[in-house]
Amino acid sequence: MPILPVVLWTDALIFLLLGAAVSLGVYAARREPLRASWRQISRRPVAMAAMVILLAYIGVGLIDSVHFKRRLPTTEPGQSAQYSPEVVSLLDVMADRLRKNVERTYSAPLATHAYAKETIEMPDGTQARLFPRLIYGGAHLSDPEKEWSRDLIFTSLVGGLLGLVAALVVNAHFLFLLSRRSHTGVEEVAQAVLRGKTDTAWRATLGAISLLVILAGVAFSLSLKYHLLGTDKVGQDVFYLSLKAIRTGLVIGTVTTLVMLPFAVLLGIAAGYFRGWVDDVIQYVYTTLSSVPGVLLIAAAVLILQVYMDQNADAFTSVTQRADVRLLFLCIILGVTGWIGLCRLLRGETLKLREMDYVQAATAIGVGNWRIITRHILPNVMHIVLISVVLDFSGLVLAEAVLSYVGVGVDPAMISWGNMINSARMEMAREPIVWWSLVAAFVFMFGLVLSANLFSDAVRDALDPRLRSR
Amino acid sequence: MTGYLIRRILYAIPILIGVNLLTFVLFFVVNTPDNMARMHLGMKRVNQEAIDKWKAEHGYNKPLLFNPAAEGAGKLTKTIFFEKSVRLFAFDFGQADDGREIGADIRQRMGPSLAIAVPALVIGLLINITASMLVAFFRATYIDFWGVLLAVAMMSISSLFYIIGGQFLFSKVLRLVPISGYAAGPTAVKFVILPVLIGLVAGIGSGLRWYRTIFLEEIGKEYVRTARAKGLSELRVLFRHVLRNALIPILTGVVVVIPLLFLGSLLTESFFGIPGLGSYTIDAINSQDFGIVRAMVFLGSVFYIIGLILTDLSYTLVDPRVRLS
Repeated sequence: MPILPVVLWTDALIFLLLGAAVSLGVYAARREPLRASWRQISRRPVAMAAMVILLAYIGVGLIDSVHFKRRLPTTEPGQSAQYSPEVVSLLDVMADRLRKNVERTYSAPLATHAYAKETIEMPDGTQARLFPRLIYGGAHLSDPEKEWSRDLIFTSLVGGLLGLVAALVVNAHFLFLLSRRSHTGVEEVAQAVLRGKTDTAWRATLGAISLLVILAGVAFSLSLKYHLLGTDKVGQDVFYLSLKAIRTGLVIGTVTTLVMLPFAVLLGIAAGYFRGWVDDVIQYVYTTLSSVPGVLLIAAAVLILQVYMDQNADAFTSVTQRADVRLLFLCIILGVTGWIGLCRLLRGETLKLREMDYVQAATAIGVGNWRIITRHILPNVMHIVLISVVLDFSGLVLAEAVLSYVGVGVDPAMISWGNMINSARMEMAREPIVWWSLVAAFVFMFGLVLSANLFSDAVRDALDPRLRSR
Repeated sequence: MTGYLIRRILYAIPILIGVNLLTFVLFFVVNTPDNMARMHLGMKRVNQEAIDKWKAEHGYNKPLLFNPAAEGAGKLTKTIFFEKSVRLFAFDFGQADDGREIGADIRQRMGPSLAIAVPALVIGLLINITASMLVAFFRATYIDFWGVLLAVAMMSISSLFYIIGGQFLFSKVLRLVPISGYAAGPTAVKFVILPVLIGLVAGIGSGLRWYRTIFLEEIGKEYVRTARAKGLSELRVLFRHVLRNALIPILTGVVVVIPLLFLGSLLTESFFGIPGLGSYTIDAINSQDFGIVRAMVFLGSVFYIIGLILTDLSYTLVDPRVRLS
């Protein structure tokens, strides 16, 4: 085999989560109330556009979660297979050029010359201080000063055209499917979509998809020849780093929830349902935990993990694995501080639900506690769980950046927006300033958080029965 | 009322004990003093003597919970648990790794923290209430839609961006205020103004959204319909009826955070070089000074519990319907 699959802890959890999300989707598709909620979401153009962007982020994150080691070329026949110690992901392979084309140091976005002057020996033997050419960025140009702007426009036009064609194909496909489903002509469907007359907000959805595809086309064609967002201190492509950071952000936002969900649901429902001493104990635990300032608890836990990892350095075979364990641990700690809010909400809701007639009736005919909880309580608090999962996501992504800045975030070897910001913040003092890695990290993070926030608003409005009645 | 208060304070004691035990387990059981010493002395080539010396210097050379070598009550008091954890209850925080008195440092650093946090809270509250009332007044119009969208966009921006961007714009490009630093007395204003401003801008997104839902919830209630039916103008309804009732959830939400203001803000203070408790904590985390982190954890939970008690009290003050018993 040319590759050896490697499943990191967070990979496994991500795919577990993906499975859970898919089965939730299948389950929801069979229930009329949940389908009604989904239809309500799908009618909102903003929510649908946000969902498209969110899915694009998730797609990149998933591609980046397939890890493996490459096989090293064997030197002599009959030798057993040797694998490279470096763990790479599918995204690394797809963006191999971006990953390998490392410059010497900083360079501005789309630049052909380095950011700082260097002393260079001229062909005639004299020395001069000038901006050296980049090794890869714009290396195909023979005279950058004249050709650069023309080549830039030409390349982005080609990319845009490529994207446009792809977008048209996708749109045509969609319209065809829609017309098949509604048994109307393609032309009528297209007109309805264009005027925004369809029940589902197809215009916004398809518009967002088209925009994304065209942008991706431009980015793709430019990054083949240039460093689209410049390079950082050690010459790594910032665009590549920003793409890699997506996975870290998604893991923090989702795996944390996965970790804390069982505790929050189990303890919250138990406290509300059994009351008495169970309630007292659970309330005591969460009041104690919530009274410790969150950042400090996280800091304390991460400091301790660091000590542990330093002492057991042999247990981790590679930097990637080490960083992954730390990421997972960070998720667990964030989960420990994050389950309290949901637990409190669920306790309150369960207290209300257990006095409902149908629960009382079930108790009267002798249905067991476990059965009452799973059949009557749990389905009726699921909307709260779902809302809080979606609402927490964006806060967690933002928290990662802050924690990495404080020094208790993800491993310094892990590519994340927080680490990008952290290492770039000193560059603001340079003259001229190195702004691109900061801006790239903020823009990528903003895109994810904004679309998550907008989508979660729609989910909350659709699932919260208190709002729906109004 | 007094009885209720006493009960609440008594109820706080087991919570503080819980926090204390939690920090003890985290800092001394999971992460033993030996580990701590090794980390401070450097990981490689540390002999047991150096570790013991470090532990003796910093008072970690005693058994964790029970000291069989001591006499009488000393068996329990001459332990790390008693000296490092139980003493926190008397607000005796001991010494930092560099030998400074933690308690004195904390008292000294509260002032600068408050100088940033209090104006940010008060002005922020005023701005958020005004803006959200405006949006609620124009509810279900384009102003409302774009206002909320703007708020969501603003709260989607990382707080680091506001700080870095603000510093860059106001201090570096426009040169209006110093980039960082702090001075006591009236000159503090020029150091405080930018952090406060940035705090306001960073908080307005989530504040506007949160207060808007409170206002809309109040507007949907029966008494508002009655007030409108009486023929009152919308403005009068909003100010005399809705605002006064909406203040109940708003005030009680604010009261919880008031004691926590003493702790300052980790990010703002470290970016602007304010010598407050926030930057104190960050420095402690970076230099891995567990003594300070432990003191701040304990102090934070004390303030949180005070906040909870104050919240209950404020309910009775702003809402005569609530009686504590």
